[in-house]
Amino acid sequence: MSRSLKKGPYINYKLEKKVLTMAGSKKKSVIKTWSRASMISPEFVGQTIAVHNGNKFIPVYITENMVGHKLGEFAPTRIFRGHAGKKDKAKK
Amino acid sequence: MARIAGVDLPKNKRGVIGLTYIYGIAQSQARNILNKAGVDESIKVQDWDDKQITAIRNLINDEYRVEGTLRSDVQMNIKRLMDIGCYRGIRHRIGLPVNGQKTKNNARTRKGKKKTVANKKKAVK
Repeated sequence: MSRSLKKGPYINYKLEKKVLTMAGSKKKSVIKTWSRASMISPEFVGQTIAVHNGNKFIPVYITENMVGHKLGEFAPTRIFRGHAGKKDKAKK
Repeated sequence: MARIAGVDLPKNKRGVIGLTYIYGIAQSQARNILNKAGVDESIKVQDWDDKQITAIRNLINDEYRVEGTLRSDVQMNIKRLMDIGCYRGIRHRIGLPVNGQKTKNNARTRKGKKKTVANKKKAVK
């Protein structure tokens, strides 16, 4: 079920603050976050955000098309390396 | 013979059903279209007169996305998901279910026909 419109999109408060200061200062550096559930808002565009996948941080460069998705969608938590004994099928 | 949006409609079916032969129009849309065009649902396709056909044709051309344009829309949406590399896009790329279904069994619509694995251990006796 989708989230109530009344509440607006969920963005982790601290993450949002960091992103906004970063956007204001024009300085480029990677923001680490564990907040996979945060929605990508238009202010994020052009930033690189390192999203935790439970093991390490995956750097994600935010483009315009990604607005409206959640950060976690871009940092997969499972890695499927193919079945044993199967010829390598070009994955990814 | 009524030809709308590049599709030949079946002659001897009721209007509502006939319109569903167009990709992108199912029964509820067909009903809306006929209501707007002022044509009774139960009139058979072959009994539409020229005025009714033009009304329906114009309505579909102007207000609905059908056939080729709709198909390309869908493809564009999928392509967008694949390009941004999000979870759903990855699932599309590797041909597995996109909406969180389990893949332990079934999921054959996405995975295609069963591929038997050679030398898989048979159950002992």
